[in-house]
Amino acid sequence: MRNLLSIRDLDRVRIEELCSLADEFLAVMRRPIPQVPALRGITVATMFFEPSTRTRLSFERAARGLSADVMGFQAAGSSVAKGESLKDTALTLRAMGANIMVVRHGSAGAPKRVAEWTGCPTVNAGDGANQHPTQALADTFALLRRFGRLDGIRIAIVGDVRHSRVARSDVEAFTRMGASVTLVAPPPLLPPDLTGWPVAVSDQLDDLLEELDVVYLLRVQTERGGATVLPSVEEYARRFGLDAHRLGRMPDHAVVMHPGPMNRGVEITPDVADHPRCLVLDQVEAGVAVRMAVLFRLGAGLKGEAPHG
Amino acid sequence: MAELVIRGGTVLTARGPERLDVRVAEGRIAELGPALSGPRELDAGGCWVGPGLVDLHCHTREPGQEWKEDLQTACLAAAAGGYTAILAMPNTDPPVDRGVVARQVVQRGEQIGLVEVAAAGALTAGRLGERLSHLDELWEAGVRVFTDDGDTVTDSGVLRRAMEYLAVRGGVVAQHAEDPALSAGGHLHEGSVSSRLGVAGIPREAEEVVVGRDLHLVRLTGCRYHVQHVSSRGTVELVEAARHSGLPVTAEVTPHHLAFDETAVEDLNPDFKMYPPLRTAEDRTALREALDRGTIDVVATDHAPHARQEKEVPFEEAPRGVIGLETALSVTLGVIRDPKLVFDRMAVRPARIAGMPSQGRVPEVGSPANLVVVDPDRRWTPATFRSKSGNSPWKGVELVGRARFTLYRGRVTWEDS
Repeated sequence: MRNLLSIRDLDRVRIEELCSLADEFLAVMRRPIPQVPALRGITVATMFFEPSTRTRLSFERAARGLSADVMGFQAAGSSVAKGESLKDTALTLRAMGANIMVVRHGSAGAPKRVAEWTGCPTVNAGDGANQHPTQALADTFALLRRFGRLDGIRIAIVGDVRHSRVARSDVEAFTRMGASVTLVAPPPLLPPDLTGWPVAVSDQLDDLLEELDVVYLLRVQTERGGATVLPSVEEYARRFGLDAHRLGRMPDHAVVMHPGPMNRGVEITPDVADHPRCLVLDQVEAGVAVRMAVLFRLGAGLKGEAPHG
Repeated sequence: MAELVIRGGTVLTARGPERLDVRVAEGRIAELGPALSGPRELDAGGCWVGPGLVDLHCHTREPGQEWKEDLQTACLAAAAGGYTAILAMPNTDPPVDRGVVARQVVQRGEQIGLVEVAAAGALTAGRLGERLSHLDELWEAGVRVFTDDGDTVTDSGVLRRAMEYLAVRGGVVAQHAEDPALSAGGHLHEGSVSSRLGVAGIPREAEEVVVGRDLHLVRLTGCRYHVQHVSSRGTVELVEAARHSGLPVTAEVTPHHLAFDETAVEDLNPDFKMYPPLRTAEDRTALREALDRGTIDVVATDHAPHARQEKEVPFEEAPRGVIGLETALSVTLGVIRDPKLVFDRMAVRPARIAGMPSQGRVPEVGSPANLVVVDPDRRWTPATFRSKSGNSPWKGVELVGRARFTLYRGRVTWEDS
């Protein structure tokens, strides 16, 4: 594995292999000293051109868990504010000794450009509404830990699929692992053309609840215009929000997922968010473990390479 | 002026293709005939000889954006592409909304002397879409095509007044058809590729609703109307229906819309970002067929240079537009091989629309020697460009067919070596 830019780069065997590696790193995380020396001497650059707390911290936690050094920044307050280009920022970090690039950017394809310009192994930490492959691995891993397998599991991804890189990555990961996926949203929140997507589509959450193993809730992304295409957020919450009543109609084993951050009271009510069948915190923990697995796979090949002159 | 003879080529005469030599003297065709000789001879063996190409849609960026292109480099690129005339778009800084700016562009073209440069005029003052530009001044400065290209005149009342004003004089209103409310935030064709990449798209309807409205105003005013860079099957159908009902409507297509479809954008390479976006394979087929039967009159480049640093950014941040002057002929030859059609769509009809009487003329004795000698079998791979910018989707791609010589007013302005 040279880069992780899209979940499309991974077939089922690769996903399973990364998840079983993540399982080992999960055990590491629970040790008194949650660290292994696997990437000692490697420097991971976290380049976040969009506000992010959880994903950036998760990558940094994962890097430190592998004994890698971390150089990180968020766009606000960096040279980007002075007009430096993405290319120059990436080349500068490489010149400072970064070996692995972790890139979050508001524009689709930006991590791929960074990979091309720097030649460094690059992880896409979210690009526009395109891909967020490590989130999909975290979600897949969390579901594997819950159900043992995804074959035949019925998953509804509910909400702003149109603006969601998580949904795009999850659809690919879940279906590759044998799950069936239904996208549930009012039409303006669906991608305009779903040709070739291995999914079913519905705008009636209530019709599906009894037959679901997983409800995956998405945040209405107001910052990407998600709210402006809806009549009102309140109406959305009434039709698509998951509350205790809807949770009660789902099978007893069914679980709730959310990539965070949650809008409590919109797509999820507080009692569901805090419910034992809500896997949000399992997803967070799984996220660190799969990011350790990904960085380990990318970094292992770099060991012994001469540092950049 | 030196005399020369173009030897051994096939000349596209009014009677059809004929093996003839062409004697050029005093900037005109002095003689057509077999086995001519002269003090300088240009080898046209295996080549077609026809009217120099005329580009109806070219962003020369001067004045105001000379870091992207200027008239000198645009003219060099045009000559290398087989062109003897270009129509410079008015979205400069300042825009061509006053006669003085149009005159400046045309005079600069005369000084450079490589191709005939005509200026298109803005339809509205400042290209703001609010009130008419100085249409009389522009007309007196020789402007015959009017457009706010880069933006659409969305205000139907303003457009109607412009059409009424220009209809009586025979001016052409050319429209960049893009409903901004439908295209807002979009970067590529709205369809399966945009959906998969999560990048906001631009639906065909952004173009079609504008063309549909405009055609009603053409019916109302009788003004000549030209649709710039047609991208969709639906627009082709609108133009065809309007033509059948006798409206004075013409249309152009770009080489990139003939060559590519939306799948070319999957890698999010900014050299494939332009307006209108590359649409589906079905649209591309419709465009090719429409060009073939003449519903689309013209291949026009929409040559839109942007500096390397402007394009070396993520796709969504990149400006729209690709260059095309140096590759348009080759790309078009990949779509239509019939030399008569190539010259008709790239020289004869665009000259007629632009109102350039000394351009686009089938070679005959006495006509101005604005000519191109085309080698249809020449293989070449664009790597560097005479244009100041290199934002071409054909960089590093092998093309077939190229101008061997370009002659402007009897002088050789390009020689393929």
